[in-house]
Amino acid sequence: MAAQKRALFDPPIVRRAIGDAFRKLDPRHMVRNPVMFVVLVGSAFTTVVLARDVLGGGHAVGFTLQIALWLWFTVLFANFAEAMAEGRGKAQADDLRASRTLTQAKRLDASDTGGEPDKLEFELVLASSLRKGDLMLCTPGDIIASDGEVIEGVASVDESAITGESAPVIRESGGDRSAVTGGTKVLSDYLVIRIISNPGETFIDRMIALIEGAQRQKTPNEIALTILLSGLTIIFLFAVATLQPFAMYSHGSAAVPVLIALLVCLIPTTIGGLLSAIGIAGMDRMIQHNVIAMSGRSVEAAGDVNTLLLDKTGTITLGNRQAVEFVPMPGVEENYLADRAQLASLPDETPEGRSIVVLAKEKFGLRGRVLAEGARLVAVGTGALAEAHPPQHMAFVAFSAATRMSGVDAGGVELRKGAGDAVSRWVREHGGDVPEAMGAVVERIGRAGGTPLVVAERCAVGEGRAARPAENGAARVLGVIYLKDVVKGGMRERFDRLRAMGIRTVMITGDNPLTAAAIAQEAGVDDFLAEAKPEDKMALIRREQAGGKLVAMTGDGTNDAPALAQADVGVAMNSGTQAAKEAGNMIDLDSNPTKLIEVVEIGKQLLMTRGSLTTFSIANDVAKYFAIIPAMFAATYPALNALNVMRLHSPESAILASVIFNALIIILLIPLALRGVRYRPAPASAILRRNLLVYGLGGLVVPFVGIKAIDVLLVLVRLV
Amino acid sequence: MTAAGWLQIGVFSLAVLLVTKPLGLYLVRVYDGTAGWLRPVERLIYGLSGVDPDDDQHWTRYAGAMLLFSAASMLLTYLVLRLQGALPLNPQQLPAVADRQAFETAASFTTNTNWQSYGGESTMSYFSQMTQLAFHNFVSAAAGMAVAVALVRGIARRGSEARGRLGNFWVDLVRGTLYALLPLSLLLVPILVQQGVIQNFRPYVQLTTLEGAKQTLAMGPVASQEIIKQLGTNGGGFFNANSAHPFENPTPWTNFWSMFAIFMIPSALTYMFGRMVSNQRHGWAVWAAMFAFFAAGASTAYWAEARGNPIHAARGVDVATTGANPGGNMEGKEVRFGIANSALFAVATTDASCGAVNAMHDSFTPLGGLVPLLNIQLGEVVFGGVGAGLYGMIVMVVLTVFIAGLMVGRTPEYLGKKIQAREVQMAMLYALVFPAAILTLTALSAVLPAGLAGLGNAGPHGLSEILYAFTSTAGNNGSAFAGLTGSTYYYNTMFGINTLVGRFAMMVPMLALAGFLAEKRIAPESAGTFPVTGLLFVTLLVGVILIVSALTFFPALSLGPIVEQLLMGAGRVF
Repeated sequence: MAAQKRALFDPPIVRRAIGDAFRKLDPRHMVRNPVMFVVLVGSAFTTVVLARDVLGGGHAVGFTLQIALWLWFTVLFANFAEAMAEGRGKAQADDLRASRTLTQAKRLDASDTGGEPDKLEFELVLASSLRKGDLMLCTPGDIIASDGEVIEGVASVDESAITGESAPVIRESGGDRSAVTGGTKVLSDYLVIRIISNPGETFIDRMIALIEGAQRQKTPNEIALTILLSGLTIIFLFAVATLQPFAMYSHGSAAVPVLIALLVCLIPTTIGGLLSAIGIAGMDRMIQHNVIAMSGRSVEAAGDVNTLLLDKTGTITLGNRQAVEFVPMPGVEENYLADRAQLASLPDETPEGRSIVVLAKEKFGLRGRVLAEGARLVAVGTGALAEAHPPQHMAFVAFSAATRMSGVDAGGVELRKGAGDAVSRWVREHGGDVPEAMGAVVERIGRAGGTPLVVAERCAVGEGRAARPAENGAARVLGVIYLKDVVKGGMRERFDRLRAMGIRTVMITGDNPLTAAAIAQEAGVDDFLAEAKPEDKMALIRREQAGGKLVAMTGDGTNDAPALAQADVGVAMNSGTQAAKEAGNMIDLDSNPTKLIEVVEIGKQLLMTRGSLTTFSIANDVAKYFAIIPAMFAATYPALNALNVMRLHSPESAILASVIFNALIIILLIPLALRGVRYRPAPASAILRRNLLVYGLGGLVVPFVGIKAIDVLLVLVRLV
Repeated sequence: MTAAGWLQIGVFSLAVLLVTKPLGLYLVRVYDGTAGWLRPVERLIYGLSGVDPDDDQHWTRYAGAMLLFSAASMLLTYLVLRLQGALPLNPQQLPAVADRQAFETAASFTTNTNWQSYGGESTMSYFSQMTQLAFHNFVSAAAGMAVAVALVRGIARRGSEARGRLGNFWVDLVRGTLYALLPLSLLLVPILVQQGVIQNFRPYVQLTTLEGAKQTLAMGPVASQEIIKQLGTNGGGFFNANSAHPFENPTPWTNFWSMFAIFMIPSALTYMFGRMVSNQRHGWAVWAAMFAFFAAGASTAYWAEARGNPIHAARGVDVATTGANPGGNMEGKEVRFGIANSALFAVATTDASCGAVNAMHDSFTPLGGLVPLLNIQLGEVVFGGVGAGLYGMIVMVVLTVFIAGLMVGRTPEYLGKKIQAREVQMAMLYALVFPAAILTLTALSAVLPAGLAGLGNAGPHGLSEILYAFTSTAGNNGSAFAGLTGSTYYYNTMFGINTLVGRFAMMVPMLALAGFLAEKRIAPESAGTFPVTGLLFVTLLVGVILIVSALTFFPALSLGPIVEQLLMGAGRVF
């Protein structure tokens, strides 16, 4: 779903919302919101009184009519706010639905796999007839009909329908890139996919449901706030209902519409009317950031997070270590080290290996003739090596967890590169000595946060290039390559912001503690977990949670799934495996792990918006008391006019102005409810001071000004 | 207003500030059991009553024990009052107390209200006074403190260990009485006796005055009851005139100690609270919010009373304050206390849910009378009753943290514990009781003939009287505005029920809140945590109490004291 930016008051959305505002008057719907339900009952009651007055020829019909109208407007405005928030989601859901046409799929016979794609037998079926476990074939140009797992083939896939990102991604069987989403499009090659969801349960279906709010349940904070607001409503119900006996005691009486007007003004209609809009808008803001939250609960939890677990690679650092220096051992020329290091790295397709090739080229001009585009060359295979060394003499020694080395055997020369201790062992096993200088260099690089990669060679006697043959086939250490982890720009500032909000960041890395500490220092994280295995991550989450903290993390691999499920906020990358996506409670469609920080900020903003409008709503009451109470008893006790500090024109204008203000403030605050209050990372005390000033003090002062202004206007247009 | 008046208010405030820390530290030791200097007595009591002091009670059992104890002791008092005529220590041969009166009095003293629709000297035998009323003065105070301590434990304890358990009610009850209330009473009572508060079992003295008139001088064991009346914020006087009576409160010096005794424990409890939750600055923040209300109330009441009634001045009465003339509004005030100490006493006794009076609140100017009324309507949280003030204030803090806590962008956390639906529910139930009970019953009485029958004044002043009576009984204050005849079937019953509702309908949800909090884990504090210390928080707390508690009563108040004050300015009184 391309998250287009919509204007806040997009005309089609507004039109639909106006209609919905009336449809939502259904009492069965209204009863979910106790505050507005009271207003609905009050409006209906006032209307009955109005009807009685009209039929019975009562006085002040015009006044009662206006009260009744504005009470109805109050309900409608609140419904409109909710409809607006939903409308934005609905419009997005419609876009999604439109992208999901009546796709056809090529269903395969389950037994008939393993052949060439053009030889496979398939039948064309409608996407809606695909069931879990079915196999389907997708060839270039095909829309993938449903969510699935690639079991065969590699293909580039256009996922822009889901992510909005136009660059195609690679999907292949096995590993962490095997999940495909229905609605995306195969651009090249072919895929055999096993369907993993039945129709109606696919990712897009769930997304549509989430966006439309069909599955929206009240979140914990929303429930608690609703209880508070209902409690306040009951308290004010007592305050207003007992006014009639008090008035009778004072030999006066209060008109029922006026009592209802007072009640509606006092109960927290502002927050009551906007509460559900704020929640829906919070989910919507996540979607604008291309994050799908599986529930409102998780959005709220994001605001509460105390600890962020961030994978070093790809989140804090650019994701690939880059060679920045060759450090030769005594007696070895730097040029020679670079040459050998490059040779050892030629078939190495990892970004690190590639960077060694590039550095050697840039620094020493090595193999300039064939490595003009070193990276690409390596990517297509071993062409460069093939030129330098006859192919029959080339053998690539792949990296393995056991040896922790890689290298090449070419023309009788064995080249190895790898971790210091692994290479040292190899050198000793092959009769060589490890120079003392090596240990010092390795440690210096490690301490600086880099990764030392030791390069060694062994030449068989009488074979290979005779430039500097090692004697008797003994191995020797040539030097060390300094691989540096490059920290992404601006990370330190972001972590400072998080720290200001009281959030601790923990970097997770497989590096050794020395390296991890240096990178942690450079990036500015609060803590790190080095040499981390998946179970260590899990243990860390449990430990933090046992200490009363909420933990957020991102993950994409299947081995991240348990930790994603355990974390309070688990953001799965859309590029990740199905298991990871199932385990997390949010999915980032952009697969950008750094976005966790934005997710937290959106969660906080949602809660702040609720709190601020609650405070505003409650603070409003002061002015309304001063407007309505003197007006209500103007006939019984003219002396009470001393409380009419706003000097409102007449009792009628005062009551009407309060009701109108109360209704209009809902409309005026819709943009704020949908956008959220301004958020700037700061300590809680600073945020509190600011919001209290704006919404607390503002909530006290604004209605005084607003009611007075409306009063003046009412007199001007002779409505009272 | 005089410099001497302000000075006395200032000295009183300073004394309250100074006693807070030492007494608070002592109370911490009382309730964690480290103050063990009466251990043998304590053990004996547990042994005799079969209490297992190590039994840590879940909140439901804690509440159950509290209710059971209250019900049993209330029944006992009812029976003793009904059988008073047949019981010893009754030199005046006072008959049994009428059933409705006995019910109301038993309810009133059990709930720490001590509302009295009777004259002590003409209704209660020495036996009833000493074994029942004084007994309740101790244990109803100890029960209030116990419940407050239980709430504090609920906040302080880790959920994984406490699992909803709050301590043992019986142990807290015994310790509060044995280590705090009894020793403090014994410590302070010599001051009263030395100043002239009487303590004897003699029959009333018949004497002939200088003018030759016959007069009966009531006697009795007054001092022993007087000190706990103040220390336990009970307020039930031995005599009808309460602390205005020269045998209860003979001098300005006893007046000072009476007021000091009222605030002593409620103020110290805030320090105990801060210490027990390991956040002393929060304890002081709570104290500061309480003090802010007290200072505002005392200043307003003093100003209103010293200013007096403008109608007097208009009629040519000399209301100026001179060396010989106290000036202002002296109606209903004792000359030996004067305006400042009467206003201060009225504020202290209503802030702290005590209810003892040394002047007639009914005779205050409307504004001066509004202050005591509003003090109670704030929820008796301005220092408040012993224990009740602290737990009432903590409930307000929980509401404040919830309303404003969202504004910092997190699920509101109070001292590391998340405030969620169940906690808000209990806090709102607690907050609902007050307006529901006071407003409903006042409204009912303002229109029912039975309610209007006892009214001494018409117009807004009459409404103030009814409102004050129900506010005082629901708030478990017990001070009377007077002017309303409360010893009728209607009012005896209504007031009795109202005191019970105002006590237990609030205590139970509060204990539930404590239990829920005691199930929660404690999240560590960070820069993102809502701050519950400092000026900003205190301001916020004051604002929430004003808006949630006081504003609810604004419509009722505007038809009572507010309009009365305005009308007085226009030359009309009631």
